[in-house]
Amino acid sequence: MKKNLELIKLLEKKTSWARKETLSIHKIAPGTRLASSLSDVEIFATLYYGKILKFNPKNLKWEGRDRFIISKPHGAISLYPILADLGFFNKSELKRVGQKGSFLGGIPDTTVPGFETINGALGHGLGVACGVALGLKNKNSKSRVFVLLGDGELNEGAVWEAIMFAGHHKLSNLILIVDNNKISMLNYCKNIIDLSPLQEKFRVFKWKVKIVNGHNIKELYKSLKELKKEKGNYPKVLIANTIKGKGVSQLENDILCHIRVLKEDEIINAIKKIK
Amino acid sequence: MNNNQLKTMRDAFIETIYERMRKNHSIFFLSADMGAPALDKLRRDFKDRFINVGIAEQNLVNIATGLALENYIVYAYAIAPFITMRAYEQIRQNLSISSQIKPLNVNLIGLGAGLSYGLSGPSHHCLEDISIMRLMPNFTVFSPSDWKLAKDFVDYSIKVKMPKYLRFDGKPLPLIYGGINDLVLEKGFYELLKGKKVCLVSTGFMTHRALKVAKRLQNVGVIDMFLLKPVDEKSLFEALKKYECIITIEEAFINSGGLDSLISKILRDHQLNVKLKNLGFNDKHIFEVGDRDYLHKLNGLDEESIIKIIKNL
Repeated sequence: MKKNLELIKLLEKKTSWARKETLSIHKIAPGTRLASSLSDVEIFATLYYGKILKFNPKNLKWEGRDRFIISKPHGAISLYPILADLGFFNKSELKRVGQKGSFLGGIPDTTVPGFETINGALGHGLGVACGVALGLKNKNSKSRVFVLLGDGELNEGAVWEAIMFAGHHKLSNLILIVDNNKISMLNYCKNIIDLSPLQEKFRVFKWKVKIVNGHNIKELYKSLKELKKEKGNYPKVLIANTIKGKGVSQLENDILCHIRVLKEDEIINAIKKIK
Repeated sequence: MNNNQLKTMRDAFIETIYERMRKNHSIFFLSADMGAPALDKLRRDFKDRFINVGIAEQNLVNIATGLALENYIVYAYAIAPFITMRAYEQIRQNLSISSQIKPLNVNLIGLGAGLSYGLSGPSHHCLEDISIMRLMPNFTVFSPSDWKLAKDFVDYSIKVKMPKYLRFDGKPLPLIYGGINDLVLEKGFYELLKGKKVCLVSTGFMTHRALKVAKRLQNVGVIDMFLLKPVDEKSLFEALKKYECIITIEEAFINSGGLDSLISKILRDHQLNVKLKNLGFNDKHIFEVGDRDYLHKLNGLDEESIIKIIKNL
């Protein structure tokens, strides 16, 4: 128990740090999608520091690794500091995001150590992950496929082709996390295409569903652990209820925060406010 | 080999894939609910490595990508206009872009090139695929004219670990390459008939038409282009420069980046002063009902029309 408590504290500390680093990156690369990259910081921190994912920064092609496919990479700027911290690449690179000659762009791709796929166009990640999951099963591999998907991305038809496929083929090594930050580019998702109740939609397609507060690390860690242990012969989805722009009040209260660029003083103030 | 033996490219190809799948356990065959006589055995004997993804071409390409990421060799099979155009963004992002960093051996088999499915109307015609697949970086575009070429391509497709588009005719066709033993796939073309002044450069089904035309005239050459990307430009130029007039024939839209553009580029790059004529389909979809020959005739691609063009040169 005590060990668990310490881990949760560490995850919280790392989350705050990664959130601040993300803001600092946005300062030098204002074209980065800040609000989308703030709703999933706890998810990234828990997956990596909580050792939910199996990975090896020194051997990116290690067969035993879990495959993590990020279907909303514009919202994965917050993963840059985490990957650097874990040794996927040098931390000094964080100061060069978006600059000439850097490999860290506004939308991460496979030139960034740690990224498995290219996913700038939305709605492809889950289908590709289904193929990876099939391949791993065919190899009798114990590795799992984790996918991070945005809720706005659920409007893409190809996502549902993959949801149907995964359920039918009982891809039990597939764990999907929906970053349910509830806002798309122009509006609340529910005002564009209302998908509620989302959990029911997954259930009817033969998925095991869990819902969690995506900013509560203790809950997040527990749910991901449980989904990993779950022996059932079906794919699993964790719907993580999150807040777009989490931790920055100007973004949290702005329905158009998706493309909002913060000014330098706003960033400095925001960093100060993060515990 | 009996040159009159009619056979579909897909059956010849799939029969050989079946043989390779017996020994090579890293081959997957996916279909978007599309069948073939030769596929029945494959479906039965490789239940774990044959997957029907359903009528879902986007997911077909995505699943293929995922398997290839795990180092499998993947064949993804669907109707030509749908696998290329329905799944174009999947092809672009997950295969073309991704393969520049991490090569993926995904072989997209498009069945029903050109007007193979003439009767089904413009939704099933495929006059765009040569152009749109050729413009994808990191892709190989294969457009065979007979089933022997299709069969020969199997081992090449296993060996070359990059994404490829295989443009198969939908109908059984006679052999062209039955007696030819000096073919080099990498070269991408074969001079089937050596001519003097005029050369017909064609691909796929239209090579059958070109051969018939050439045999009715004298001294007309025929070059069959089966690799539309990559192109061995040097060798092709060497073959083309002997001629005074070149006529490209493709069952595709012209002036859109297809075979005609490929040949024009080579002639232009070498400032070769030859007469060039491009035959194919103009910028209109085809709503007329009738068989393939009839539709060709309406568009000036029948034997008589081509012969007239050559005689009037």
